[in-house]
Amino acid sequence: MRNTVKLLATALTLGVAIAATTPAQAEDKSIIVQSTTSTQNSGLFDHILPMFEKATGIKVNVVAVGTGQAIKNAQNCDGDVLFVHAKAAEEKFVAEGYGVKRYDVMYNDFVIVGPPADAPGVAGSNDAAGSLKKIADAKATFASRGDDSGTHKKELSLWKAAGVDVKAASVDWYRETGSGMGATLNTGVGMGAYVLTDRATWISFKNKGDFKIAVEGDKALFNQYGIMQVKPEKCPNVKAAEGQSFIDWILGAEGQNAIKSYKIDGQQLFFPNADPGEMKQAG
Amino acid sequence: MQDFAEAFRLAFHLVSQMDDELAAIIALSLRVSLTAVAISALIGLPLGALLATTRFRGRGGLLVLVNALMGLPPVVVGLLAYMMLSNAGPMGFLQLLYTPTAMIIAQAILITPIVTALSRQVLEDLNTEYAEQFASLSVPWATRVGALIVDARYGLLTVLLAGFGRAVAEVGAVIIVGGNIAHLTRVMTTAIALETSKGDLALALALGIVLLAIALSVNAAVMSLRLTAERTAHG
Repeated sequence: MRNTVKLLATALTLGVAIAATTPAQAEDKSIIVQSTTSTQNSGLFDHILPMFEKATGIKVNVVAVGTGQAIKNAQNCDGDVLFVHAKAAEEKFVAEGYGVKRYDVMYNDFVIVGPPADAPGVAGSNDAAGSLKKIADAKATFASRGDDSGTHKKELSLWKAAGVDVKAASVDWYRETGSGMGATLNTGVGMGAYVLTDRATWISFKNKGDFKIAVEGDKALFNQYGIMQVKPEKCPNVKAAEGQSFIDWILGAEGQNAIKSYKIDGQQLFFPNADPGEMKQAG
Repeated sequence: MQDFAEAFRLAFHLVSQMDDELAAIIALSLRVSLTAVAISALIGLPLGALLATTRFRGRGGLLVLVNALMGLPPVVVGLLAYMMLSNAGPMGFLQLLYTPTAMIIAQAILITPIVTALSRQVLEDLNTEYAEQFASLSVPWATRVGALIVDARYGLLTVLLAGFGRAVAEVGAVIIVGGNIAHLTRVMTTAIALETSKGDLALALALGIVLLAIALSVNAAVMSLRLTAERTAHG
């Protein structure tokens, strides 16, 4: 009769005891990197971080969200390093005093993927803005991230170049998913919509259906990744030394080679392009 | 959809192979959600008992509020917890953001109203049933609450299971305050969300099947606990 109550009480005490002991086991040397879904979902971090951790003993905890949210989190001092892909927003982050200095790390490119039917006839094009104009004219469905991410910012700049007002077309043929790259690709494949995606996410994406790359090779589709430390003056809790050693490593020969060596099905996903001159200043 | 068959095959494979990474994710899911249930029980059961056995001005309004809070969206709880625990927030100095403790706090906030509201109902029904006896024997309040909790123990156990179900299944709160960091704050639901966003739907569904199996095991464990307790009581 009273046994259940006793057992219940024991379970509660046990639970609380477990909860009480959890904070104690925090890593002694670790940093939080606010980054994007593309670097995480493509598997890049799984490939390069073990090398860094082995070399330095510093554990890197990655929070992978859209670039907009990553920057916001870093502004709230909830991270030591910011590693994203929206150069203008990154430079603003540094200019406003949240970041120390921004460095180029690597690049790849964006592509527009679409259904095989290709009603607007954009397949094989290397003109991003022109293709978007055709998609708009044909009122072919387009799935946008709509989440203030780096990819979303790039997409909006391309629409601007194409002279298309997507706000007016919202719901009609322009659909904002308001979610991450993978979720947007799932939606796009599901509804037969064109999607702008970074190439790394696309190559590693496993639910492609019969979708193929329609538009690629335009200079405007260049996708630059940058890294910067969150400013210790602004955020006293920032682990400056550990954060800096991660930045030094990824900009140095070891990190750049690690990025270069990451391949899926023989395809390189990211191309390192850190400036060695800047590197020396950083070191 | 060959993904379905593939998902079941994968789920079986995942469980039978059980690599360290998956085991750690399952363990963290259980640790976070069971601890959240324990905390919500410590707060929610006494609160429910108080609401069930006392009458005061504004009680009706409070009941409506607690019942309504059962519908708290996890993502809103996650956002609130993030704003509290962020380094820019009032409790940032605790350095709890992106830790399992932050996830426990968020889930405890999420399910405490559920435990409070449901235990209030269970205890109040029993209280009504016992009202005459309590009155004729003029039992003091504390004894009354004790007797109610003991007699309603199985109902309350189901209440806690409802709380556990909600906690272990939610993704919106833990992904914001935990950050879905590999080997640190990744739980079953955030792993499912991640695999879905990678487009690996079969693996995502397989993880979902494993999560369902975990929930089944927890419920089965509680059931056998109850049966054992009943047998000891009668034997």
